Amino acid sequence: MTHVSITNLSKTYPGETKPSLDRLSLEIPSGELTALLGPSGCGKTTTMKMIAGLLEPSGGDVTFDGRSILRDKPENRGVVMVFQNYLLFPYMSVADNIGFGLKMRKVPKSEIAARVAEMLALVRLPDLGRRKPAELSGGQQQRVALARALIVRPKVLLLDEPLSNLDAHLRLEMRDLIRGLQKEMGITTIFVTHDQEEAVVLADRVALILDGRLRQYDAADVFYKRPADEAVARFFGGQNFVSGTAQGGVFESALGRLRLPNGIAPGPGLLTFRPESLRIGTGENALTAQVQDRIYLGTQTRLKLLVGDVALDAVLSPDLVEGIAPGQTITIHLPPQSLWVIEGAKP
Amino acid sequence: MERDPIFLRSFRVLSGALLIIWLILPLVPLAIWSFARGWRFPHLLPQEWTLQAWNYALSDTSGVLASLWLTIWIAVCATVLSILVGVPAGRALGMYKFRGKGAVELIILAPVIVPGIAVALGIHSVFIGFGLTNTVSGVVLVHLIPTLPYMTLVMAGIFANYDPAFEQQARSLGASPLKTFWYVTLPAIMPGIVVGGLFAFLVSWSQYVLTLLIGGGRVVTLPLLLFNFATSGRNDITGAISMIYILPGIIILLLTAKQLSGRSGAIGGFGRV
Repeated sequence: MTHVSITNLSKTYPGETKPSLDRLSLEIPSGELTALLGPSGCGKTTTMKMIAGLLEPSGGDVTFDGRSILRDKPENRGVVMVFQNYLLFPYMSVADNIGFGLKMRKVPKSEIAARVAEMLALVRLPDLGRRKPAELSGGQQQRVALARALIVRPKVLLLDEPLSNLDAHLRLEMRDLIRGLQKEMGITTIFVTHDQEEAVVLADRVALILDGRLRQYDAADVFYKRPADEAVARFFGGQNFVSGTAQGGVFESALGRLRLPNGIAPGPGLLTFRPESLRIGTGENALTAQVQDRIYLGTQTRLKLLVGDVALDAVLSPDLVEGIAPGQTITIHLPPQSLWVIEGAKP
Repeated sequence: MERDPIFLRSFRVLSGALLIIWLILPLVPLAIWSFARGWRFPHLLPQEWTLQAWNYALSDTSGVLASLWLTIWIAVCATVLSILVGVPAGRALGMYKFRGKGAVELIILAPVIVPGIAVALGIHSVFIGFGLTNTVSGVVLVHLIPTLPYMTLVMAGIFANYDPAFEQQARSLGASPLKTFWYVTLPAIMPGIVVGGLFAFLVSWSQYVLTLLIGGGRVVTLPLLLFNFATSGRNDITGAISMIYILPGIIILLLTAKQLSGRSGAIGGFGRV
């Protein structure tokens, strides 16, 4: 169990003026699974490599249980990184791959064999020890990579895009496997991903990094309900933004006066709500909307609406929008509990 | 494996046969000579057969065996040095971009393009200063001029297709830099080292001019000895020594035929030149 503390960690690559990572600070509690989320090139893999010791930071510090690790060599940090493309050593058998870390630690052969067998069973590949990595499927290769990392019982486990190379049904299986093993062994784990869905399903907490800077660090559901700013909301699929002023529990804007949930500070701000939380029919905060377009998404249907001259997006279950066609005028309402105001935005 | 059209296959067989005839045919008279007691016009084959030439060639008096061991020793030394220099140089050329890379590539290739004798004359005067002329060490060093380009180019090809992230992965799993090289880098680049090393060995094996100039006639390798017998008109002994001389080439060809067939990445470097 290791508490990871990252303070003002920065990286500017030689020949560049703009930092790839700008003063990142994060506290990652012992045994938690944290996602570093951001679009490609936002500095998240850079962060991982600096924690793993594969890249020299330009500034800042990383401590494990209060002790700085930046001077330790990568092989002595107790950090194991699992790369996105697994990087199984192609000329070694699966068992030799998994046992590699123990061999480097000079563990006796008989003990290595026993622990490899144990690990193979744990990742549910009991009979594949003698195969070569090339003979395995992508999902199996990833499980071998995970086993190879976990067998050395690292203080901190780093995973690079752990689910993104897998197809949909393997993703859920792998998610359960990673979370199960991670919780069982209590290894503090950090993974990076560009996919908000991957972050949400796997992580205890998510750190969103945009343009090399930390924007929000919270439990996954907070990003949907209370985004820190417009860019965060947009990254999580937010489409509805209306500027106005909050005053006395009411938000005044081009949409008229909308009742807000409790606890929202007064002042100018940007009203936002999830496209899924818009409701059809009358209720509190009712509005009249014109249907502009209707897009079938399979399990859901997207409606493009116009209220006055404000464009709104709704994503609803198909049976709720049956019979609604473009050009029609309908009544909608916005439940106050689903509204959120981003503070400080221009009125 | 895909089946090629019939004409392509027959073309391949035909060209293969021609190549073998082209390479083997000139050796046939030499082989016959080595067992002949006189072989005069107009006889198609020698009238009398004997092992005299072979007896002489393999005896102590001829110096062939001593020369054979010396040639092997020089070629092995030149190969090992080529590997020690060529692997890091190939890594730099294959994996990194740096200022002046084009110039470095040209300089490494230069010995293949520039006639060796031009360079060797200059080196000769330098080697005199270091006392390296007429010595085996001097000959080994001068053999690096033609062997290094092959080694470096083969390794550059290997490293161009090499993912250094494997090394990072090994470090992250607890391997020291030395162990990382031993367990991860070396197995990955081994095919290149084998092929490049065999190239280097053969190039050193067949050196004549450089050995003659730097060795000053004191370092008598097999090609020098062969030339002596050839010019003295002893066709039978020349034939016997020739057979001994081509043996390593044939062995190496058989050993590496698979790597040289173009399906391995080991000769990819040539594609980039």
